[in-house]
Amino acid sequence: MMDLVRRMLFLPEEGSAWAGEVDKLHAFVITTTMLGAFGVAVVALAFFVKYRRRSDTDLTPHVAPTALAEVLFIGVPLGLFLLWFAIGFTQFVHLRTPPRDAMDIYVQGKKWMWKFAYPGGPNGADVLRVPAHRPVRLLLTSQDVIHSFFIPTMRFKMDVLPGRYTEAWFEATKLGRFPIFCAEFCGLGHSAMLGELEVMEPAAFDAWLAETRRATVAQAQDMGGGAIDIKGSLVEQGQRLAAEYGCLKCHSVDGSRHIGPTWLDLYRKTEKLKDGATVVADEGYLTESMMDPRARIVDGYEPVMPTFQGRIPGPEIAAIVEFIKSLRTDAVRPEPSKGPVYVPVPGYDPARHP
Amino acid sequence: MSPSQATTPLATPEAPLYNERNYLNEKSGVWSWLTTVDHKRIGVMYLVLVIGALFLGGVFAMLVRIELLTPGPTIMSAMTYNRMFTLHGVVMIFLFMIPAIPNVFGNFFLPIMLGARDVAFPRLNLLTVYLYLLGAAIALWGMIHGGADTGWTFYVPYSTTTVTKVAPILLGAFILGMSSIVSGLNFIVTVHTLRAPGITWLRMPLFVWSIYGTAIIQVLATPVLGITLLLVAVENVFGFGVFDPARGGDPILFQHMFWFYSHPAVYIMVLPSMAVVSEVVCAFARKNMFGYKAVAFSSLGIAFVGFFTWGHHLFTSGQSTVNAGIFGVLSMFVGIFTAIKVFNWTATLYKGSVAFKTPFAYFCGFLFFLVFGGMTGIALATVALDVHWQDTYFVVAHFHFIMVGGTMMGFLAGLHYWWPKMFGRMYPEGWGLVSAVLIILGFNATFIPQFLLGNMGMPRRYYSYPAEFWPLNVASTAGASLLAFGFIIILIYLLISLKHGPVAGPNPWFSRGFEWITASPPPTDNFGPRNPVYTHGPHEYDKEASPVPAGSPPEAPHAH
Amino acid sequence: MRTEAEVTHGGEGVPHLAHHYSNLEMQAHAARLGMWLFLATEVLLFGGLFTAYVVYRYTFSDTFVAASKLVETHYGAINTVVLITSSLTVALAHHFVEHRQSRKAALLLAASVFAGLVFLGIKAIEYTHHIEAGELPGRYYSYEGLQAHGAAMFWSLYFLMTGLHGIHVIIGMGVLAVIAFRTWRGAYDDGYSTPVELSGLYWHLVDLIWIFLFPLFYLI
Repeated sequence: MMDLVRRMLFLPEEGSAWAGEVDKLHAFVITTTMLGAFGVAVVALAFFVKYRRRSDTDLTPHVAPTALAEVLFIGVPLGLFLLWFAIGFTQFVHLRTPPRDAMDIYVQGKKWMWKFAYPGGPNGADVLRVPAHRPVRLLLTSQDVIHSFFIPTMRFKMDVLPGRYTEAWFEATKLGRFPIFCAEFCGLGHSAMLGELEVMEPAAFDAWLAETRRATVAQAQDMGGGAIDIKGSLVEQGQRLAAEYGCLKCHSVDGSRHIGPTWLDLYRKTEKLKDGATVVADEGYLTESMMDPRARIVDGYEPVMPTFQGRIPGPEIAAIVEFIKSLRTDAVRPEPSKGPVYVPVPGYDPARHP
Repeated sequence: MSPSQATTPLATPEAPLYNERNYLNEKSGVWSWLTTVDHKRIGVMYLVLVIGALFLGGVFAMLVRIELLTPGPTIMSAMTYNRMFTLHGVVMIFLFMIPAIPNVFGNFFLPIMLGARDVAFPRLNLLTVYLYLLGAAIALWGMIHGGADTGWTFYVPYSTTTVTKVAPILLGAFILGMSSIVSGLNFIVTVHTLRAPGITWLRMPLFVWSIYGTAIIQVLATPVLGITLLLVAVENVFGFGVFDPARGGDPILFQHMFWFYSHPAVYIMVLPSMAVVSEVVCAFARKNMFGYKAVAFSSLGIAFVGFFTWGHHLFTSGQSTVNAGIFGVLSMFVGIFTAIKVFNWTATLYKGSVAFKTPFAYFCGFLFFLVFGGMTGIALATVALDVHWQDTYFVVAHFHFIMVGGTMMGFLAGLHYWWPKMFGRMYPEGWGLVSAVLIILGFNATFIPQFLLGNMGMPRRYYSYPAEFWPLNVASTAGASLLAFGFIIILIYLLISLKHGPVAGPNPWFSRGFEWITASPPPTDNFGPRNPVYTHGPHEYDKEASPVPAGSPPEAPHAH
Repeated sequence: MRTEAEVTHGGEGVPHLAHHYSNLEMQAHAARLGMWLFLATEVLLFGGLFTAYVVYRYTFSDTFVAASKLVETHYGAINTVVLITSSLTVALAHHFVEHRQSRKAALLLAASVFAGLVFLGIKAIEYTHHIEAGELPGRYYSYEGLQAHGAAMFWSLYFLMTGLHGIHVIIGMGVLAVIAFRTWRGAYDDGYSTPVELSGLYWHLVDLIWIFLFPLFYLI
């Protein structure tokens, strides 16, 4: 039944359970709308016929609405509208609240392509691979203008903004390959900014991820570093970038206090801020601290960090965040503190970096 | 008051009569038109200007539709296509839809309906024409020298970094905004100060109520758009960085400021249309408006709540969930006011005396488009559905249903309803109905496929598209051709009727609206030497009309 | 202003009365209502900029505090006094026109125009200082003393808001100058004071906007 309705409405396949819920609301709204419109049309038609004009100077009785009519005119549509809204808003909140165990994939839009960075894995362009039946959270940012990441089969869309992250999640249930569009006008190549979503069996996905990870590490070793797209794991890449950008001049990775807070165990830590508020150091806060370091300063530290807004491309931010996330006490070998690490990078000029 | 020397008999319904000495011919020559402060002549000038703009915007629209006839490139490059849809939007919105009904019919009929001899500030009224011309000239200059490729929404940072000439078009839109502000201001003051004795607030024609609501939006929302567009222009030309993320600016702030105007602007476009059809439905059903107060106050309600719903354009922008919820609920309330109007218009037909003439055909079209456009609007405000539809053809179809379906139907209804009053001659009724049917069918054929395209997930502003969207795009283009054909028929028969149409007489529709009291075309001072006397409301058909609409001897200046 | 020229087609020999009004009170009421609506649009025009200010002040609060130390408060304070004084002279001018003392009124209006000139002069000195120091908007910002994110934004807003206000001051001065001239020539000797009142209202608004700009850029 739902499938028939879906076809009548020209809706694409439902790639997730959530898409099915949205389609049910869609069908409900369209049905009531059509019934309402049909009702108005039938009433109007009946009036045309019954009260057609006899002479151009007909007199007509003065009819005024009763209180009941007015209450019905307002109450019935309002009740319906609010019901739709209640359902729709609940679904929206669901879309915007990723579960804790969601796998993070970083998405970067630039004119006119999509780049994806997988956890501890490689970067890819234009094809987004996700495992079925596992929640996937997308963290999206843009390198230039506003784009919008649109997967019709998932009924999923999120704007991709320069200089900040947006997030939303989905859990694919249907295997296959589905189109990805850019929905926010971004210039000449707007309609060519296409991508593809490939939903894989979880086992196949894991195998693919491990395989590509190995391949990219090998490739990176062959190339001796090289361009961003062919780096090793995100964490390793983040470690190298943190050094390049000079992060480690002020942030230690072993728990010792320096100019800035240590990165060890920073992820998901509840930090007390200067103004007394607290913040959980999640991806959002870490990213914000790079883009706009003075926005929320941790108590006990000075606002001396420069902004990296526009200086670090999105996937590199993602890599640094992944690096910070990897720094957990149980993951660091116990050894005496060496203080902050100074890693000079020969030939690196941040001003020339895009 | 000031009786002019024109001796115009007040209307008698029995004898069709062409008022030989009228506002059109009392003075002649181009100069008399360029310097006129007569609200009727200004209305006619606007009529010519907005029809020119409609034609220009229509050409752009047809070019866009032809380009979309095939999935790949058809007749133009992507850059040209991007310019075409931008110019289509800019011309249709700023040059046609915002001024169309308020500045043509509002100027012409609002003072007459209020028993006034002009608007409050006649020379400011003329100024708006010149501001319109100046803004249009600057925008056209920008279009010829490069054009803009940003879409009419001018989203930053794209609009501040594009290579095309955005600044002149932004400046043009700013000046057109000033024109709009002054018009709105003029209408508000006119309604407050120039109602004739006997026309109380609750005896104002519903047309006046809706134009009043529109004017409030024009005055309060347009300045914010003005400053926003200026900031984009400054940023585009000088790089001040106010919205530039690389300099700490916030592109979402632009979207908030832009939609703070541009959402109410939707009501600037559709409220006047509601104004027109409220008159038309009463006249052609010969019936008092069912729920006059409900319709009148819902206009103000729309004007008020319309200011607080702009955030529903930003559901997928990453704004907080709480914001989305608040804006979603408020959007529902705008829907309610519209629903109230729809029910009341329909109920007005009850026990009426319905004549299915051309303006009434457009009323039916309007009702259909408003119900569908409005309902899809409500569907879009149920946040989760918007996630799929945002920036797809569904949204395009939705706002064309409301803005074009709604505004265009209202404009055409008004044009046909008031044509005999404005020019004293009738158009051919048969051709009128034929073109109305063509246009309504063409509209549906154009935009219903676009709803389905949106459901399929085709994003808007696409130059090329995957093959599965092809059939529906062909259908849409075919519908657009039908639509264009309907407009051409209207243009032809209206132009012919100007000279050769049968004389209409003062009140060919037997309407009790106040504007039909005077002669057709009206004399320069609207009523001749005698002031009409208003002893009843504007939409009352339950008593015999006095054989000759009452006139009073010229009065001494009266107190209000 | 618009009303007095409509004398040409005024009704029934009543001076200053346009043909479509029934009496002078209603016409004055219309003019005043129109002016207040116009002032509302002006407030909203600046409202957009004030919104931007609030947003960026919240985003870069420390930087804005640091940057506001670079504008010299005493210039701003003097300018505030100058503008408030000019509002007083305009109000007095309206009073004297109503009491048919046109010469006094004209001189007071001229004094207001002069105050506007003083204001612009002081503003020009400030602008020169900022430009020389490189305290400029957006991409032109080159001041070494404050290299923080958002500093350029402060100057973008500073120049946009004070600049737009300056344009309003210039327009206001033009209007007041014309009205002063006409008052001196005796155009309002019969106690018809609407043009003086309306131009005064406009001047008060220009003054009021400055009263908001002053603390935002100089004090907090």
